[in-house]
Amino acid sequence: MNTAIRVLIAKPGLDGHDRGAKVIARALRDAGMEVIYTGLRQTPEMIAEAALQEDVSIVGLSILSGAHMALVPRIRQVMDENNLNDVPLLIGGIIPDEDIPALKEMGVAAVFGPGTSTEEIVSSIHGLLATQE
Amino acid sequence: MLDQVHLLLDGDRRALARLLTAVENEREGVETTLAALYPHTGRAWVIGITGAPGTGKSSLVTALAKAYRTRGESVGILAVDPTSPFTGGAILGDRIRMRDLAGDKNIFIRSMATRGSLGGLSRATRDAIRVLDAAGFQRILVETVGAGQSEIDIVRAAHTTLVIEAPGLGDDVQAIKAGILEIADVLVINKADRPGVEHTARALKSMLELGHPASRVQSVNHHGQMIPTATPAINKIPDFWLPPIIRTVAIENQGVDEVVNAIETHRTHLSQAGKIEELEDQHIQIELVERLREHLLRDFFHDLPPETFAQAVAQIRARTKAPQTAVQELLALRGVNVAK
Ligand SMILES: Nc1nc2c(ncn2[C@@H]2O[C@H](COP(=O)(O)OP(=O)(O)OP(=O)(O)O)[C@@H](O)[C@H]2O)c(=O)[nH]1
Ligand SMILES: [Mg+2]
Repeated sequence: MNTAIRVLIAKPGLDGHDRGAKVIARALRDAGMEVIYTGLRQTPEMIAEAALQEDVSIVGLSILSGAHMALVPRIRQVMDENNLNDVPLLIGGIIPDEDIPALKEMGVAAVFGPGTSTEEIVSSIHGLLATQE
Repeated sequence: MLDQVHLLLDGDRRALARLLTAVENEREGVETTLAALYPHTGRAWVIGITGAPGTGKSSLVTALAKAYRTRGESVGILAVDPTSPFTGGAILGDRIRMRDLAGDKNIFIRSMATRGSLGGLSRATRDAIRVLDAAGFQRILVETVGAGQSEIDIVRAAHTTLVIEAPGLGDDVQAIKAGILEIADVLVINKADRPGVEHTARALKSMLELGHPASRVQSVNHHGQMIPTATPAINKIPDFWLPPIIRTVAIENQGVDEVVNAIETHRTHLSQAGKIEELEDQHIQIELVERLREHLLRDFFHDLPPETFAQAVAQIRARTKAPQTAVQELLALRGVNVAK
């Protein structure tokens, strides 16, 4: 066996800042993961298609636009329609605390605010994958 | 796992994605699955796209994929990027340039990291190509960054290899990597909208002339693209293939039809007089040697106590034993006599 954790990092929505997403991508690479980075303005369909073709174990979304409450359920829905129910969603970005319970309700596995350390994200991914097995 | 084979042949995309993962992971049992798929392979035309970082490989792959889709052909894409030797991780960003291909069920894009495996990139890539082939994709485009071994590996799996250059990357004959002639079936100068194209074209042309001193490469102007043609004398040599030099602006789909045509011409060339069989025999010979080497090595280390190996290393370092002698002795443990 010669395995690696594969993660999709996607930026849905219309905001054009991908610095945060790139920082996360590099941190995950440095933790030994294979990070598929798809660039800006990904539609839910594009995200689900990439997650399926790339057979990733995790999808991380970077959302700074404030549109998370609209985007996340739609992405989760399209992923589920593509039989990707077992692929957890992580969200990073500017997410108000009061939205977190609702996001978790929608099936988001973890939410990371701006102050989160990359170590925290890495260990959260390891934890999620361990519970899946 | 044989269920996977049926799902794959039925066009199940998740089964395809999972099988590609199994190939990359060298998952137990995957060899059996691949063997079951083998009779369903051999239909696709495999096109390797290599070149220095940033020359526009992914952009050209995207443009080519669109051109093939317009012609009604399905397209599988493998985008191979290096694994970091320090962390074992990788950032696979080729899809950024391929967003125009989203939503088309007759296109399948997969990013692959080279990882570090006993079988090497060649094995994983070759197996992934076969999986896409069995899944029915008619054109398989394999992007690899032109650095070291990976570009050689791709040639060993592709029918037609495109080498991508771009202006301004160090255009003299010295800077254009030696060995390009051995691997290029088609030379593409992408970013032809940028200054310096003439310079790059001249450098490539003189490179070709150096490589084939007998040939006097001439250029003709064809739809605004300078396309070299060999002198008639060269064209009459039946086995001779002179790589055409084609200019493209991948992000604007310029010159892409010329590249498609060049690939078709190369295919026709190979189809003549048993050349394709010759090429495939070469590929298969290399594959068999690689597979045998891998299995023999794995088998060898499986039965070798690690202390014995460590001891040999220590002896060689201490100069109490020569590496040649150590190898003879290690092999002798397995009943193989190489002493001459
Ligand atoms: N001006 C111009 N820019 C181009 C052209 N083709 C690609 N580019 C740009 O060149 C940059 C690199 O393009 P890619 O297609 O990602 O190149 P690549 O060779 O796949 O890059 P790596 O995979 O990172 O080695 C991007 O910013 C493209 O938009 C072209 O024909 N003209
Ligand atoms: Mg690329």
